[in-house]
Amino acid sequence: MDLSEINFAVLVASLIVASTPLVLAALGELIAEKAGVLNLGVEGMMIIGAVSGFIVGVETGSAYVGIIAAAVAGALLSLLFSFIILIMQANQVASGLALTIFGLGIAALMGHPYTGIKSPQISTISIPILNEIPILGTMFFQHDLVVYLSLISVLTVWYFLTRTRAGLILRSVGEDHNVAHSLGYRVKTIRFLAITFGGAMAGVGGGYLSLVRVPQWTEGMTAGAGWIALALVVFSGWRPFRLLVGAYIFGGITILQLNLQAIGVNINIAVLSMAPYLATILALVVISMSRFRGNRGAPGCLGTSFVKTT
Amino acid sequence: MKKVIKFLSASFLFAVMALNANLAISADYKVGFIYIGPPGDHGWNYQHDVGRKAVDEAFGGKVETVFQENVPESADAERVMTQMALAGADMIFATSFGYMDPVINVAKKFPKVKFEHATGYKTADNVSTYSARFYEGRSVVGHIAGKMTKSNTIGYVASFPIPEVVRGINSAYLAAKKANPNVEFKVIWIFTWYDPAKEADAAKTLISQGADVILQHVDSSAIMTVAEEAGVYAFGQASDMSAFGPNAHLTAIINGWAPYYVEKVKQGMAGTWKGGEQTFDGIGAGMVIIGELNDKIPASVKKEAMAIRDGIASGTLHSFTGPINKQDGSPWLKAGETADIGTLLGMNFYVEGIEGDIPK
Repeated sequence: MDLSEINFAVLVASLIVASTPLVLAALGELIAEKAGVLNLGVEGMMIIGAVSGFIVGVETGSAYVGIIAAAVAGALLSLLFSFIILIMQANQVASGLALTIFGLGIAALMGHPYTGIKSPQISTISIPILNEIPILGTMFFQHDLVVYLSLISVLTVWYFLTRTRAGLILRSVGEDHNVAHSLGYRVKTIRFLAITFGGAMAGVGGGYLSLVRVPQWTEGMTAGAGWIALALVVFSGWRPFRLLVGAYIFGGITILQLNLQAIGVNINIAVLSMAPYLATILALVVISMSRFRGNRGAPGCLGTSFVKTT
Repeated sequence: MKKVIKFLSASFLFAVMALNANLAISADYKVGFIYIGPPGDHGWNYQHDVGRKAVDEAFGGKVETVFQENVPESADAERVMTQMALAGADMIFATSFGYMDPVINVAKKFPKVKFEHATGYKTADNVSTYSARFYEGRSVVGHIAGKMTKSNTIGYVASFPIPEVVRGINSAYLAAKKANPNVEFKVIWIFTWYDPAKEADAAKTLISQGADVILQHVDSSAIMTVAEEAGVYAFGQASDMSAFGPNAHLTAIINGWAPYYVEKVKQGMAGTWKGGEQTFDGIGAGMVIIGELNDKIPASVKKEAMAIRDGIASGTLHSFTGPINKQDGSPWLKAGETADIGTLLGMNFYVEGIEGDIPK
């Protein structure tokens, strides 16, 4: 066993790639939940994004067009969810679960002719000057566009939620939809927009999986990433930067355990394989224990339907 | 009352059969196949499906084949095989190791149906097993890997710690070591046969740790894609994967199931099929095929590789020829001695020189 064989710069670079689908999907869900909507359909929207992005990418020969298609597909699937919970007033938990099951099924159907096909490549964009910094350059400044986009999204979502009037309105809808309504805000329209944003982000996360990270289409290839994203939202206490940290911890330990195996570390591999989950849960528990004073960031109206009374 | 029950059960049966319409079979002889993944994996399952299509072609309309893909190695496998047997299958090929106990269970319930189980070791009166000596192919690719590596580090993405996989690692290592005494193996176990994301992550990790040739004992072509992008070499697993990495793909170990499947179906139809048999064929019988060699391999290495292939095929060469020690240094084979089949089928140790432990 020789730890020096692990190239930590490359390890960090690959953990960023491995975590990017999680960051994107979780950010979308964070916005939806801040507006008071619990959408358990993240997994379904991700996989529909993965398959649509892959199909469009292969057909057009452009991975970027594929990524855009993934966003559109995720958003389209979320429309169904919006219709069911906003207009039909159905239970959000059940509807979200149904969305996941539906998404997995329809993605398998759509993707059937596309298994075992090569996807178009997405090129990495090295940021000039910065990419020449030793170690840090490899870690952070030699990625593809989507990775940079995910980091910009974290910043944008944080700014939107905490520094803009629109963000304040969105949060007020999530905290107490009756009050927001009586102040004259359109609760359903705002929730609809938040759900659509969540769908698009989950779609991009899925598209990134099938177009960049693997890159291939395989049935069920999200393999629970949507559920991890959902857990990350809670773990982060609905805060974008913590969400990013959580996603990188999860991705980091996933990659680290492969590296440890390759250098021949003598640890039970079953333990290594569950390490990412354990570490994330542990972090979740520690954070929530230290924050029992008052509001943990959960929106007051999370998961409840809005019925106009006046 | 009895009539009512009869009617109800009949209509229930009818409904069940209608639901299983995709499995309902009508030709003279009916053969079912179950696959662990999609035939579109361009690997393990793809080659079994090539074998199935060969059966279709060989017998024209006389034999009808059906298949079910993505069958988990669990109670689901029993359910699927039971459905096939109920739908009139005369012979069922279960094409993954983990179907072993389900096959034995279902075979008990349907003594007239003939079962062929790939890579397992349990047989019955109506269950035979078949496997290929993939390790023979790994001697050939191991030699090429040893000659082609510049970093002297060869990465190996392994699935489950079962004898078949351990055998492959040992065989490849011995050949690589012979070709290049400085060679070192790095093994990552991912505990799945088919998960492109995990396979890709494992390959990327091995490459980041200096491996410039990657061997795999998992089913998808994701590793080939990664190798092509990273500019390193890899080998096709189970079928030719050069489409995924024209520069990376040195050659492939191709599984040739077609002749075996055609032969077994022929025996089944003629009534000469026997249960309890264990077939274990290799390069000589055409069950293991070495694919086309990439032109990136120097002519001299190509020649050596072909000599190994032909030597194994004719029986003059054996992948495990002593002197070989086990990992802990204890002697296994004396000089000139070759491994016996029992040890090979139950192989649960690394040979000397491989670092790391086989997970339990």
